[in-house]
Order: sequence, then C-alpha cells, then structure tokens
Amino acid sequence: MSQATALPRWADVGLLPLVCLAIALLVAGVVVALVGQSPSQVLAALVQGAFGTARGLSYTLYYATSFIFTGLAVAVAFHAGLFNIGGEGQATLGGLGSALVALWLSPVLPSWAMLPLMLLCGALFGMAWAAIPGYLQAYRGSHVVITTIMFNFLASTLLVYLLVNHLRAPGNVAIESAAFAPSAHLMPARELLGWIGVDWPGSPLNASLLLALLASVAVYFFLWHSRSGYRLRAVGSSPGAAAYAGIRPRRHIVLAMAISGALAGMVGMNEVAGVSGKLVMEFVGGAGFTGIAVALMGRNHPVGVVLASVLFGALFQGGAEVAFDVPGFSRDMVVMLQGFVVLFSGAMSYVVARPLAAFLRALNLQGAKHG
Amino acid sequence: MPTLAALQMTGIHKRFGDVLANVEVNFTVAQGTLHGLIGENGAGKSTLMSVLYGRYPPDSGRIEVFGEPVQIRNAQDAIACGIGMVHQHFMLVETLSALENVMLGAEPHWHLPSASAPVRQQLEALMQSTGLRIALDAMVADLAVGDRQRLEILKALFRGARILILDEPTAVLTPQETQQLFAVLRQLRAQGSTVILITHKLKEVLALCDQVTVMRAGRVVDAMPIARASVQSLAQAMVGRKVQLDRPPVVPAPQRDVTPVLLAQGLHLRDGNGVQRLAGVGLQLRAGEIVGIAGVSGNGQSELLDVLAGLAAPDSGSMEVLGRQFASAAWLDPFTARAIGLAHVPEDRQARALVMDFQAWESAVLGYEHLSQFCRWGWMRAGAMREATADMMERFDVRPRKATLGSRKFSGGNQQKLVLARELGQAPRVLLVGQPTRGVDIGAIEFIYSQLRGMRDAGCAVLLVSSELDEILALSDRVLVMVQGRMSGALDIADCSEERLGLLMAGAAT
Repeated sequence: MSQATALPRWADVGLLPLVCLAIALLVAGVVVALVGQSPSQVLAALVQGAFGTARGLSYTLYYATSFIFTGLAVAVAFHAGLFNIGGEGQATLGGLGSALVALWLSPVLPSWAMLPLMLLCGALFGMAWAAIPGYLQAYRGSHVVITTIMFNFLASTLLVYLLVNHLRAPGNVAIESAAFAPSAHLMPARELLGWIGVDWPGSPLNASLLLALLASVAVYFFLWHSRSGYRLRAVGSSPGAAAYAGIRPRRHIVLAMAISGALAGMVGMNEVAGVSGKLVMEFVGGAGFTGIAVALMGRNHPVGVVLASVLFGALFQGGAEVAFDVPGFSRDMVVMLQGFVVLFSGAMSYVVARPLAAFLRALNLQGAKHG
Repeated sequence: MPTLAALQMTGIHKRFGDVLANVEVNFTVAQGTLHGLIGENGAGKSTLMSVLYGRYPPDSGRIEVFGEPVQIRNAQDAIACGIGMVHQHFMLVETLSALENVMLGAEPHWHLPSASAPVRQQLEALMQSTGLRIALDAMVADLAVGDRQRLEILKALFRGARILILDEPTAVLTPQETQQLFAVLRQLRAQGSTVILITHKLKEVLALCDQVTVMRAGRVVDAMPIARASVQSLAQAMVGRKVQLDRPPVVPAPQRDVTPVLLAQGLHLRDGNGVQRLAGVGLQLRAGEIVGIAGVSGNGQSELLDVLAGLAAPDSGSMEVLGRQFASAAWLDPFTARAIGLAHVPEDRQARALVMDFQAWESAVLGYEHLSQFCRWGWMRAGAMREATADMMERFDVRPRKATLGSRKFSGGNQQKLVLARELGQAPRVLLVGQPTRGVDIGAIEFIYSQLRGMRDAGCAVLLVSSELDEILALSDRVLVMVQGRMSGALDIADCSEERLGLLMAGAAT
C-alpha cells in the first residue's frame, strides 16, 4: 500500500533538497528583513563571495573538501543503521596520525612516499578511534551515539595534552607542533593548476579535493557494488533479514564504523598536510558536525554528499564575505542562516516531503485529466 | 429481519497514487446482522474499513449510519457515531490493568480512583449481559490472547459501539476459542448489535454470518445472503476464477525413506526473559514427506524453526541433519545450513526473508550472495543477479516481473513467491517453511501449495509450521502438535480431524 509520504525517487533525491533549501533561504530572508537588511543584497553578496571570484571559489571548495570526508563518514555508518556523531573526534585523531608520521619521517622521506604514508596513518587513526565505539555497540550494547560523542571530548583533550606537553616545538609560545619538512606538504591548487597552464590565486585549496572526490567514488562502489557493502546495507536496513541470511551483524557494525572513521580521519590530509603543514589546535573546526548535516541533506548518497558539501562550503565562505561586505550583518547572522539550512534540509525534510508529495499527486491528476 | 440499514456506504472512491483502492464501492449492512466482508489482500476491504473508521478521508462518496449522513474525520468521530473497531493487532497497553485499558481516553473523572468506580460498575453490567467475562484487575500482559480479544470487544462496547468491526479476529485463536468468540458475537447480535467481520476464512463466514460482501480489486463484486453462498462460490468470487485448495483427490504415494534426514533431540531454549520456549522438543524428518507442525501461535513453533534453521542455538539438545552432527555448544549457523542443503522460508517475510528497502534482485540473492555465479573477488555481479531474478520471477510467476522494483512494492503473495523461488531454487534436501501463506491471496496460495507438494514429490524433506489448520490438513503427511514448547501429539494425516487437532492444540490429552 503506498503511503501518503511516498515521493518518486527523482523528487526525493533531486527536488526535495532544493525545495528545502528554498524554504530555508526564504525564512532566513524574512529574518534578515526583520533586522533591517535587504535579503536580496545579502544573498547576492553571499553568492558573489562564494562563487564570484577564483579566490572565493577556492575557499568554498576547500571547506567542501573536509565536509565531503565527514559527510561520507556519516553516510557509510548510516547505511549500516548507525548514527556516527563522532566525525569530529575521528578527524582529530586522523590529523594526529598524519602529523605524527610527518613529524617523524618527513625529514628523510620523499613526498611520493611521505604523503601516502600520512594518508594511511590518518585513516588508520580515525578508523581505530571509530572502531572502539563500534565494538562497544556490537558486542557490549553501549549505544554508538553516546560513545562517539564521548570520544569527541576524549579526542579533543588528547590533542591538547599532546600538543601542550609533548609535541610543542621547544621555545615556541604558540601551542602547535614543529613545522613538517616540505615533503609532507600536499600540493596546493595554485601549483596543481599552474601545471596545466591555469593561473590560479593562492588559497588553502589543495590536492586533497581530488582525494575527496576519489573517496566519494570509492564509497559508491563499495556500498552498491561490493559484497561487503551489500551485507552492510542489509544489516542497516533489516538486522533480522541479515541474521537470517547468515550475515554476522556485529562484524559489519564494527566494519562500518571502521570505514566511517577512516573517511573522517582523512580530514587531516586537507587541514594538516594541505594547509597548515603542522599540527595545530582545533584544526577540524566543526567539520565533523557539519558532516552530519551534509549527509542528511545529501540523502546519504556520495553524489548528494558532494553537492551538499559544496553548498555548505559556499555558506561558510559566502557567509564570511557577507559579514565583511554588508555593514551591520554580523557573523552570527551567517550562523543563523546555516542553522536554517540544517533545520529545513535535515531535520524537517520529512515535514516538507508530505505536502510536496500531495502537490505532485495533484499535478499528476491534472495532467491525467488534460492528457 | 429488521430492514433498517445500520450502515450505508455509497459510491466510495479512494485512490493512493496510481492505486485505486476503492472504486465506486457500495456497502450496506442491515441492523442486527452479522455481516462478512471478504476479499484477497489488497482487494480494498481494509481501505474501506479505514475510511469508515476515519483513518483516511474518501476521495468521494457518502456514509450514512442508522440513516443519518455523517462525516467521519477521525476515530473519535467514528466512536461518536457508534462504530467500534477491534484491530487484528490488539491496541492495548500491556502494563495497565484490563479496567485501566477500557478507561484509557474515556475517563469520566480526572481523579482516577473516582473514575474507576463507575466504570467498573458499568463494565460488570456489560459483562453480565454479553457473557464477555474477564478479570478486570489483571494486568493485560498476564491475559491470554482470547481474553485480550474479549477486552478489546468490551472496550468498543463500553464506548457505545452499536456497529462492531472485527478485523481477522480468529487468526490468533484455537478452534475452541473461535467457537466461544462466535457464541459471543451471536449473543451481541441477539441484543441488537451489528457486527462486521473482515476475514479470509470462508468457512467462518459461512458458519457465522447472515450476509456476505465480496470485494476484488477495489470493487464490490458480489453481495448475497449466506444461504446462497458456498466455499466454492465465494472463493471464485474473490479470485475471479476457479481455485483448488483442498487436498488433491488422489494423493501421490509419498516416497518415504526410513532413515531420517533431520533428527533433533531434547531441544531446550529459554528466551531473553528467561521464559522456557522449547522444553525438550524432538522430531525427525524423512525425505519425501511433509511434516506439519500445528499449534496456536506462540507455543514455541517460531523458536523451533529458528533453532532448526541455525538462527538460534538451543540451551541444550542435539541435531543430526544431512549427515552432520550438531551439539548445542557448536550449533548450526545459517551459512552452513545453506551450504549443506537446508533451506528456510521464514515466518516473518518482511522482517526476515526480504530486505524491504532493497530492490527485488538484491533481496532475491539474500543469503546466496557469496555464490560464485553472483560474486567475483568480493564484487557483486549485478547483471548475473538480475538475470537470475528475472528467471525466478518467470518460474514462480512473480508480478510485476520487474527485478529493479523495490521489495516493498510487491504484494504479500508476490513477495512470498520470490522468497520461495530463492529458497527452492538451490534444490535443498531439507526445507523449513513457516506460515507460507500468511497474508497471501488465494490465487498465490494455490500456487505455493503445489510448489511445496512438488518439493516433497522430488524427495525433499519438508517441515511446515502453520497456525492455519486447513493448511496443515491440506499439505501434511504427518502432523505434530505443539503446546507450550512441547510436542503434545503426533498423528498420521489419516487420523487427523479438526476436532482432534483442536483438542491437542488446547493441550488436552489424546
């Protein structure tokens, strides 16, 4: 029996997020108007700031890179029926892993060996940090939402402890590690595009964007074309059917969390290897949490995650520009706008889905009458 | 017979997306009658009753209750019109007493002790006049299934129901409990109540009802007084063609082998709450026979199936199946079970046999996704899987034949056919089947029966768990009866009668 909320697939994947986004912008526009600013001016400044210049676009994509990693992490866990809130902590540990191996070996190794090693270590650290809550969920019944939140705090304090007590370079007042040798720097976009003859301004955007896109493709093939992915989705959709099929749900819960953590851990490649070239405090900067919104909005599909990441990247970058360009429009207003997007596209999308389905049905009926 | 219509639904239209659930339905129930509403799954009878009970608004059409035109927008409106509904799945709060459940939502006073006194008085009177006796202070969790059903009926009557709708009320009852229920319903009719009975058991309609309405594909196809109806004519009206469900007149001689292919002994199992579910069950299964396990749902049949299929390890006991020995410490697992030729069609199709979110072809390889024709180097061969699914759909007449359609979108019968195609497709030597026709329409039942008989004739050992006695009688060569985790009796099919099995199911000695 068809439900009242059933949307055709194209509408669920394509139309619904756009409608949600439009509603979010509309509501945010009302608030902007209420504080005496012009919504159209703010929106124009936002779009111009995010996409209007090469530099703005670079920043948008740089933010999006981290969101793709964390968004994929949330999506993979979600397909196994798990809500991984721990992207922030897993990304922190991933960055730590990449940084440790870079501090140790970057003076001696060339970059073709150094960078893959950093990627591997980052992914492994993130993987381990997520596999522990996964194990506790699968074999000890501790809910993964609770444990991953707690592991975020643990990761954050662990990073501070290590930076303050062990990794800080001698004589340095700032709480950060020593800088890596050049072999541990991921290539910036300016250099990369320079090779193919494109003149591009300097920005934090770096080669890890390609890595993120590669990861999206890999996640797609893993989830929908590999046997493990098939089993993982079976466990997530129907634990009963999975057990009946002889799939071991516990093993797949740990596997899903491990993959999820590895993806989140790759954030370190963007922030640590790509931008700062050393380990600093708070380098994840909330990307782990934004990843939840990204995955929700992207319908837990890699393509959706990439698109939603660009949107959130644009909100971050464009928002910063708006706060700079439009007098009286504070940074807090930008956060509010982001909040509306999360609220409408994530939490409230099913509220929107119902009237949208009714609307489409009405259109269909009319079409049928005329045709 | 009184001529006033208790209920008149005229020109009811209801459409869900592309599906026309009700088309121009006219449904009239005379006051003081027992009225049967029958039809296959998806024929539109649940939709019609949902419209009547205010769950969905009809797209068009009129409803008159006792001659008054009414608008029913929700359950409160329905109750106010004097319509009461007893759902197939009881709507009771297990942690409250029977009395509290009746009051819930209709408390005459905010202070509960003051509220319960008059309610108790009213209920006592109601129980007196209807013969529906239950312990009012017992916790619902402690009530037997039959008592819960009586409580549901009381609840509806307490709210002033003069038209009572019962949705598949006998699905959970023993034959004896069913007889008690029918006595109560006749009593209610004698007192002037009107009862609508939604069911797929034609014999019950014939035994109980005064009038019967048959629905098919969203339309009312027939309505007649019971005197003019027969099982054959009703089945034909429901399906739209002649059907053969009873035992075929000539039973092919079962090719029985003497050595059992499955021999289980002393199976004990406690569930998570420490309740004893299996208390020393033993059974043997030989090639070329169908063994039916009869019993009221919840007497350990489901647990027995789980244990035999390797989904749960027993606390103690042993099993020898297809030449392999298993003790409770190192029990069979589903993976090994499939590898040695033991297939399982589980009772709960939607929670177990299919992943409802998957497309049909993904569900159609569940449990066999590791076979080399479906998988290479850990990558799924989607093309081969889709081809195999198309082939299964062709052989088992699964409709629509669309391998990429979501598993959820198929009707119950077609889902079950897909599961059978998958499990029978690997030529198993032992087949465990639970409730093969639950929620399946008659046309598909006929097909499923012939497939199971075909497996038996091909030398497969089949274990059939069913709570439908008719099904047990139509298929089995031997019948075992389970009561409270034990085998309470074993009969050859020649010695079986509905009464004898009913007594065994109720736990009486042979």
